[in-house]
Amino acid sequence: MTGDLLVQFLAQGAQMTFVLLIAPLAVGVVRRVKARLMRRQGPPLLQGYFDLAKLLRKESVIAESASWLFRSAPYLIFALTWVAAALVPSFASGLMFNWAADVVALVALLGAARALLALAGMDVGTSFGGIGSSREMMIATLAEPAMMLIVLTLAIAAGTTRLAGVADFFLAEPFAVRVSLALSLVALVIVALAENARIPVDNPVTHLELTMVHEAMVLEYSGRHLALIEAASHLKLVLYISLLICLFAPFGMAPASAGVTGWLIGLAAWTAKLLFGAALLGLWEVSIAKMRVFRLPDFVGIAFVFGFLAILLAFLTRGVFA
Amino acid sequence: MNQAYEISHLLSGVMLVTSFALLYQQRIAAVLNAFAAQSIVLALAVAWAAWSSNRPDLFITALIAFTLKGIVIPVALRRTVTRLGIHREVEKVVGVGAALLVGLALTGLAQALVVKVASGTASHAREELALALAIILLGFLMMIVRRNAVTQIVGFMSMENGLILAATGARGMPLVVEVSVAFSVLIALFVFAVFVFRIRERFDTVDIEALDRMRGDRR
Repeated sequence: MTGDLLVQFLAQGAQMTFVLLIAPLAVGVVRRVKARLMRRQGPPLLQGYFDLAKLLRKESVIAESASWLFRSAPYLIFALTWVAAALVPSFASGLMFNWAADVVALVALLGAARALLALAGMDVGTSFGGIGSSREMMIATLAEPAMMLIVLTLAIAAGTTRLAGVADFFLAEPFAVRVSLALSLVALVIVALAENARIPVDNPVTHLELTMVHEAMVLEYSGRHLALIEAASHLKLVLYISLLICLFAPFGMAPASAGVTGWLIGLAAWTAKLLFGAALLGLWEVSIAKMRVFRLPDFVGIAFVFGFLAILLAFLTRGVFA
Repeated sequence: MNQAYEISHLLSGVMLVTSFALLYQQRIAAVLNAFAAQSIVLALAVAWAAWSSNRPDLFITALIAFTLKGIVIPVALRRTVTRLGIHREVEKVVGVGAALLVGLALTGLAQALVVKVASGTASHAREELALALAIILLGFLMMIVRRNAVTQIVGFMSMENGLILAATGARGMPLVVEVSVAFSVLIALFVFAVFVFRIRERFDTVDIEALDRMRGDRR
């Protein structure tokens, strides 16, 4: 029994380590796909790790007007995002802490990290930080309700808001085309694009002052602080791809009863799907242009509309109104 | 049976989404594309109903929907737009966000209404009806929020798409009625088109706000 507990514990620890280790690689794949499609050589796949290592070695320059918040925010943001990313079931649904992987909790963790980042952006008092924070909050106010609607749609379908429970439900269910699920998939993809500051909402590679959102907030950071914030944003990307996989394509994931072999198969499937998702993101980013900031409410609004439609249709199918 | 129902539900759902796309799009060309897409999905939905419930007469309905509303009417409207030279953004009474929110409210209303009214019927017929009613209401909304005469025509046609979908689900529209409706819609298009050109000749714009002045309400 104790040995079993130890294995369970190690499996959960392995999941935490894996998401952390694979995150820079996923970002590297996105960058590489984009570069190749633009007929550039592109950075090596491992560039993300090199960057983080370099930043960790460098000294952190802190503005004179910065308060304690500015210094502590990177650690908190990193911790919150890591916990959130480690909670999303990746290779197995029956891990030790799967009861904690509730979607509402996930939204709350990410919301807390975002609030800290916005506060840190305003802390030093530069105008760019303020602009970035206000835009980030504008996007968040639109994306978060949409996210909650998607969560509720899935919860209605599966009867639980626990991610592992939802994944188990869809693993057991025979494949079926459902409008409400298709709509929530589109809505979740839009939310993921908005939350990760990808094109068309924000361009992660530019520092053009008129358009940047995420980069504007972290402009004042350097050294190990910047490394933590970069790592957190990589983790967030992995989290969202992993969430999409877990909810809409959980095949290959080890069910609650599986042993170590099941976990290994699940791990291989998850890694393949994650890298494939990252490659798709790169393809998407090359084929679309960034939107004007003032059109963003319309774009992210689509996610809200789709989420709402999905939940209406889910209600209709179950006859809740009757 | 279950699979048949899943697919028809999916197609109706896609039609509802294209209705929202009609409300969302900013440019006239995009609005026309969305309308063509909606009509083609309607044709697919009707054809699927014909195949799955073994009612061959519905294939004719599907064919009419595909050729007339999927191809002929969008192409005709596009020519009109080119001749009028109105590729700019569509003028609207309210913003996109507000229009979408009202659209959501109307969708909810349609569902609540159908559930109350048709509580005795089978659940899948009820869902089809709710979706069709939502599409009709969104067509209405489109006619209200767009001030451009061409997009009003599109709103009207999209409303008619909803009606055909409702009739397909209701299992009862005779073919004669079907054909005559299709042709009156086509004639309506011609009448609309003539009107659009007349409005434009008279006022130098197809913004129907100009007609208010004619009535003398405004000033």
